[in-house]
Amino acid sequence: MGGATLLKETGPREVFCGLTSIVWLHRRMPDAFFLVVGSRTCAHLIQSAAGVMIFAEPRFGTAILEERDLAGLADAHEELDRVVKNLLARRPEIRTLFLVGSCPSEVIKIDLARAAERLNSQFNGKVTILNYSGSGIETTFTQGEDGALKALVPLMPKSEENQLLLAGTLANAVEDRLITIFQRLGIGKIQSFPPRQSTELPSIGPGTKVLLTQPYLTDTARELQNRGAEILKAPFPLGVQGSELWIKAATDSFGIDRSFVDSILEPLIIRARKALKPYIEQLSGKKLFLLPESQLEIPLARFLHVECGMELLEIGTPYLNREMMAQELDLLPESTRIVEGQHVEKQLDRVRAHQPDLVVCGMGLANPLEAEGISTKWSIEMVFSPIHGIDQASDLAELFSRPLHRSKLLNREPISIASN
Amino acid sequence: MELTLWTYEGPPHVGAMRIASSMEGVHYVLHAPQGDTYADLLFTMIERRGQRPPVTYTTFQARDLGGDTAELVKGHIQEAVERFQPKTLLVGESCTAELIQDQPGSLAKGMGLNIPVVSLELPAYSKKENWGAAETFYQLVRELLKETKAQEYKPGKWKEEGRRPKVNLLGPSLLGFRCRDDVLEIQKILAEHGIDVNVIAPLGASPEDLLRLVNADANVCLYPEIAESTCLWLERNFGIPFTSIVPIGIGATKDFLEELHQILLMDKLDANNEINQSRLPWYSKSVDSNYLTGKRVFIFGDGTHVLSAARIADEELGFQVVGIGTYSREMARKVRTYSKTIGLEALITNDYLEVEEAIKESAPELVLGTQMERHSAKRLGIPCAVISTPMHVQDVPARYSPQMGWEGANVIFDDWVHPLMMGLEEHLIGMFRHDFEFTDGHQSHLGQLGGHVKQQEAKSSTTIKDSENNLNENSVCWTSEGESELLKIPFFVREKVKRNTEKYAREVGCKEINGEVLLDAKAHFKA
Ligand code: SF4
Repeated sequence: MGGATLLKETGPREVFCGLTSIVWLHRRMPDAFFLVVGSRTCAHLIQSAAGVMIFAEPRFGTAILEERDLAGLADAHEELDRVVKNLLARRPEIRTLFLVGSCPSEVIKIDLARAAERLNSQFNGKVTILNYSGSGIETTFTQGEDGALKALVPLMPKSEENQLLLAGTLANAVEDRLITIFQRLGIGKIQSFPPRQSTELPSIGPGTKVLLTQPYLTDTARELQNRGAEILKAPFPLGVQGSELWIKAATDSFGIDRSFVDSILEPLIIRARKALKPYIEQLSGKKLFLLPESQLEIPLARFLHVECGMELLEIGTPYLNREMMAQELDLLPESTRIVEGQHVEKQLDRVRAHQPDLVVCGMGLANPLEAEGISTKWSIEMVFSPIHGIDQASDLAELFSRPLHRSKLLNREPISIASN
Repeated sequence: MELTLWTYEGPPHVGAMRIASSMEGVHYVLHAPQGDTYADLLFTMIERRGQRPPVTYTTFQARDLGGDTAELVKGHIQEAVERFQPKTLLVGESCTAELIQDQPGSLAKGMGLNIPVVSLELPAYSKKENWGAAETFYQLVRELLKETKAQEYKPGKWKEEGRRPKVNLLGPSLLGFRCRDDVLEIQKILAEHGIDVNVIAPLGASPEDLLRLVNADANVCLYPEIAESTCLWLERNFGIPFTSIVPIGIGATKDFLEELHQILLMDKLDANNEINQSRLPWYSKSVDSNYLTGKRVFIFGDGTHVLSAARIADEELGFQVVGIGTYSREMARKVRTYSKTIGLEALITNDYLEVEEAIKESAPELVLGTQMERHSAKRLGIPCAVISTPMHVQDVPARYSPQMGWEGANVIFDDWVHPLMMGLEEHLIGMFRHDFEFTDGHQSHLGQLGGHVKQQEAKSSTTIKDSENNLNENSVCWTSEGESELLKIPFFVREKVKRNTEKYAREVGCKEINGEVLLDAKAHFKA
């Protein structure tokens, strides 16, 4: 492990809860519905985080608890059954229903596992009902995806076959591209998890090697391991270096000849480095401060420092799983300051004290920092954008150089027309 | 339990945040889990504010629940007071904290802080955002004025004191529809009438300003959703009267000014001379606006803006209101009462799909609604203008665009009429639409929203079968001549005409519908 300085901080946090993952999960699996059992706050959070993405009938909703539900638990279960039945009658295309726990449902202890079991026997295989927690008292932001995937693992069919499994939601185009590359490298069977249809779950077993595409799948990884799969150790596929090491973790474990692998990857790497160049010029030497939110902070910081030459002031992360991050931490320089947890006020004091050139932060904090003259990048954008893989490295760098470029554009000396 | 896919209003503590963020020197400690911090983005992104809302979230976690959450709350309160030095502290809880019953308000009161502390109890499982905003404003005013002795209110005191009358403008807040500009417009109009503004609250007010509320000769209740309870309390305790008319539209602005003059015991005002300060009356009268006559409009939004819009549509633009409703339960009675006077049943709901159904059913030519109705109307191919919250970043335009007063009426004329085609344009398109130049369906500058689109017709021609889709002895079918007659009917009422015709055909026992049956049916339902 590198010599990063690992610090912990507690205090008021400014992080989304796990419900937020629904915003991208429901798009990944269009035959699934996410039903939050919660409050008006939960409903409002998802619609606010989803912004303008309003569909005729979205594939997520909230069963809002009302005063009379809080009176007695038996009542709450009957009510939930009623809501689910109405919903599924109205939406016959739904194949998988996730009951998503929230802070209120957990505080009053509505047992959603029991509810899912009961509803499963009622729907008799026509619809699969699962449950997980997206609550803010248990989970942050991207951990919601971890919960949803973990709930799917027991349903994955068993297989002894040798195969590669990519775990974690990717943009479809990026996923296709990565699969093509692995095929070219000679890996025969490649599957993705979550699948694009909730019913087409990949198989799993002792022959399965898993590459995690996202750094927040702690519980899912453990479950996959319990099903006999091997979790490959690698940094995450962000940037040229991270992606190369990530791909090679797979080819090595499949015993594919290194020189063959290099011959395939080399041209991609040369091209990607060339595309990165103009962004490196803009980013190099610029000071970066990452506030905790998406859990992608450490891999992003590694890319922006190692490949783009940015100076790291502080990397905030909602929580730190050292095992999961081991390969990332190895790539970071000595004395990188990593802060786990948050005291948002003190952290913002540090931001102001260091005057970074760029801050990666949540949507609530971006404009106030911009108003203070500090350029920002929304961290939520990283979970929506196609940023994974060697080919995407320059796009990823572009996301960070754009705010810097823009502030340069807007702060130019006015050209005086009269002077000529 | 209520299934909600989308909600018009947030939870009540978001209403409290609106009050705290609107003011200066107020801080809100909210006992809530970390996810609830999403609400900051409503202010910093949607309202595009350059400051964070003055809110400290306790962000307790599951592992804190076993321990002493009360201590945690107190720690956050202490820190927030030290760091932000507020003049007044609001303390409350969101839905989750309400369940664990730490009573953060009483905790704060017991801490011996040397600033006023307002403990907010906002039942999250039965109330919503606007109620929460109104309750917070009311509790705040009450707390701050609790030491102020009720003096005897004397109407017309300003005359005795030899000064101009002064009023408070109550209700404007962040995340309220066009509040920023309404306040400017109303101030301008009041100044023209020699009326001073004492305090504007909550927008831009400090706790000290609230202490001065009682110096006003009257309260102007700009947004009853937010300020009515406070106005009533100020009237009860300090005798200060308040206005009942919201000055949106020509008629309402005129009535509002007359009402205010009367309340203030000013010389009687004939505001008829003033309405030409707005272009709406003349634009509405001009010949090109003839085509607006009887345009069918559907109106949905918060209570205040819906009632105002209905009056403007009906009295000032000559539209026909064919559907009306609100998501504001607190305003349901007023909206119901009004809708009876125009022969409609008001739709009171928080379910946008129910609103969409009602829009379909009433086949309007223009929808006046919230951003959600804009989406629904887009799907239905009907023009729409947004008249009410929930707020969207587009509802906070850079330019001055109030809804209230004379300028507000100008803005409304443009905003509502623009989505419709202008009269001459519509007439010409109607006249030439069968010419070959128009074979691909002419679109006005509105594109599909103009309604003249071939696809719409193509789509419906393939769906011309019995609406009820039953092939028993009761079924009816359309002849090709009947079909082509049906296609000549404007698309927005076509579905309704089709259903009625089929119903008529069944009633009279006719199995084949041709053009004649269609005309018979039309006459039958008209009679
Ligand atoms: S933090 Fe808890 S109460 Fe708040 S939105 Fe998330 S799950 Fe709902």
